[in-house]
Amino acid sequence: MGLFNLLFGQKGFTHGIHPPYHKDTADKPIRRLPFPPQLVLPLDQHIGKPAIPLVVKGQEVVRGEPIAKADGNFSVPLHAPATGRIAGIELMPTPKGPKTNAILIDVYEGSTQEVLWEQPREMSELSPQEIIQAIQDSGMVGLGGAAFPSHMKLSIPPDKQVDTLIVNGCECEPYLTCDHRIMLEHPKALLRGIRYAMRATGTEKAIIGIEDNKMDAVELLKSHLSKGSPVEVKAVETKYPQGSEKMLIKSALDREVPTGGLPADVGVVVNNVGTLAGLGDLLPKGRGLIERVITVAGPGIAKPANYLVPLGTPIRYILDYVGYEGARTEFILGGPMMGPAVSALDTPITKGTSGLLVLNEPSIEEESHKIWPCIRCARCVSACPMHLNPSMLGQLAAKRKYEEMAEEYHLTDCFECGCCSYVCPSNIPLVQYFRIAKAINREQAA
Amino acid sequence: MSKKPTIELRTSPHAHAGEDVVVIMRNVVYALLPICAFTVWQFGISALALLVVVTLTCLLSERMFNALSGKPSSLGDWSATITGLLLAMTLPPGFPLWMGAVAAFVGVALGKAMFGGLGMNAMNPALIGRAFVQAAFPVAITTWTPAFFDGRFSQFIPTTLTPPFLQPPAVGDWISEVTVDAFSGATPLALQKFEGVVTDHMDMLLGTTAGSAGETSALLILAGGLYLAARRMLDWRIPVLVLLSAAVTAGIFYMIDPAKYPDPLFVVLSGGLMLGAWFMASDMVGSPVTPLGVVIYAVMIGVITVIIRLFGGLTEGVMYAILLGNAATPLIDQITQPRVFGEQRAGK
Repeated sequence: MGLFNLLFGQKGFTHGIHPPYHKDTADKPIRRLPFPPQLVLPLDQHIGKPAIPLVVKGQEVVRGEPIAKADGNFSVPLHAPATGRIAGIELMPTPKGPKTNAILIDVYEGSTQEVLWEQPREMSELSPQEIIQAIQDSGMVGLGGAAFPSHMKLSIPPDKQVDTLIVNGCECEPYLTCDHRIMLEHPKALLRGIRYAMRATGTEKAIIGIEDNKMDAVELLKSHLSKGSPVEVKAVETKYPQGSEKMLIKSALDREVPTGGLPADVGVVVNNVGTLAGLGDLLPKGRGLIERVITVAGPGIAKPANYLVPLGTPIRYILDYVGYEGARTEFILGGPMMGPAVSALDTPITKGTSGLLVLNEPSIEEESHKIWPCIRCARCVSACPMHLNPSMLGQLAAKRKYEEMAEEYHLTDCFECGCCSYVCPSNIPLVQYFRIAKAINREQAA
Repeated sequence: MSKKPTIELRTSPHAHAGEDVVVIMRNVVYALLPICAFTVWQFGISALALLVVVTLTCLLSERMFNALSGKPSSLGDWSATITGLLLAMTLPPGFPLWMGAVAAFVGVALGKAMFGGLGMNAMNPALIGRAFVQAAFPVAITTWTPAFFDGRFSQFIPTTLTPPFLQPPAVGDWISEVTVDAFSGATPLALQKFEGVVTDHMDMLLGTTAGSAGETSALLILAGGLYLAARRMLDWRIPVLVLLSAAVTAGIFYMIDPAKYPDPLFVVLSGGLMLGAWFMASDMVGSPVTPLGVVIYAVMIGVITVIIRLFGGLTEGVMYAILLGNAATPLIDQITQPRVFGEQRAGK
């Protein structure tokens, strides 16, 4: 148990890091971004099977209309974010890396912001099973970045019992403030979404976990709750990676998800605030997920802010709109700790994109990126929230002992939060080593 | 868009704490400098010459092995400088310079380069160098000269300038020349061990006693160590536990027979324990990375030091205790793997 916990009597996760948070956009209200001329909508924005297109080239679609259907249970549909004409289905770059099939929509000039396709429903009449179905139909996925289909997450396996819904409002990644703004601007939708999720999962208690650098959100949400409400707001320590599921469950409930297990194994289901606020807004109206809030920030952005962006907006369009500088830059989708760097500016914003960061770091060619040998300083060991031994893992990786890494040193428990690489004074790309090791182990197993 | 940016691709995380190996090593040098300065003030130009010769030999050896192995120069990481300064500080101030150079070369060659350089060495290179000369030149390394002798800034201690491959001259006569009081040529540890004389604690804290070049002022060592600990460039648990376990072990014997055994505070303040605990036992490369491992390692060093001091033939045991600790580190690391988050172990 860390010193903080001892001093303040809190039960939090131990280890972790305190990077500079750069939450400069916390006071920037969410603004709507205009439609780009063309939207790029990959069919696999979520984890699971890609959606199946329902449209053909040349077809007209209206804002909100389904354009692709879910392929079975482990999949979600896709809806048109703007009124326009289908320009085709082509291979396009995605945040994940390889190009995948995407539906292209040429947006009509002056396309309305009004959603033209919806199926309003009376939520109180729905059974838990029907709520789950409604969630799948909305195309909702984990908006925190994982993009895991929400209806899957809220479907509790029959052999598991859950008692608590944890609502993740930590937003522990530096720069990002979109969840913070959603909590401040849409508390009612969030609380509605929490009620739906509680009904869907049969949980009787909900805890909204918020890092204590967002006390305004904590106070606001508390003021919306009546006495005796099953929903509790809990301020947790501001520490990366507090927003990781396992860490937040530990901090909020002092329960440890077993190795290789799921939150349901300790009676918990976790959802992001953005996701639940989205459900609270979409479900009663019977609409699909067509836009999301992202934080556009970083040293290379002239005017950092939070934007409500139509899904499929190419980042080139956003950058042109907000203005950025730097001839030699890195473009990150999501936060700086876990977000991928994009290789093409045609890459669109997808359901799992929580931010667009422009970092003007020193160039890769510069000396500051020199990699030194491991000096066994153990900083990584005291940073790893999973209590792994990244130093040892890194040395094994250098010797390509990938199997030993998994069997003896718990490689599979690493969720690539980046704490070890962040603190490493030798600049060893530990997380990258571990990704490679996992990939090779997967290949060996297959 | 008119401007075409160069897109750089890195893998996450895209943020870094910013403190690299060079920064850490440089700060260790900063922490050592006041101790070096005090040594020079204490023992004069002999100590200065020893510091310079030993450190330069370390740097030259390091560079030579870089060249031999076809690697770029690693002098910029400051680790060879640290080895040199630390090694010089563990030697008697009048240690013949040529022997100091031998110690430096052996330390870098056998202690570091042979293993593959920084981070690969199993044991502390400075102590390897010292262990070698302790075995090779047992007389020279136990020839102590008084601190603050007159004319220390104008004349060398006679042993310092011993020509290479010759044994140093006896210094008994010279010592009686330069000191007013009778100086037995013994360090506080030797005085206690062989003559039962306990040196005043305050003298040892401030560093006015005889001893190895840099190990006599406990106060400055503490200050340097605390500076590094505050900047998190040193694991404070190691020195604290080394000193604590040494004090406790010594305390047990002291309680059994106060007339025969030294008191715990004497044990902590005397000899090289302070310097060893703060700057050598805490050497990252040779110490365990696991939290429990650090505890085992530090306690082991503290206890072994006292056992050697009290029951061994030598007056000082810190060096061998740390080398043993270094040697045990891989094993300690292996058996003390931390419990992984969510791991179910028997009984938990």
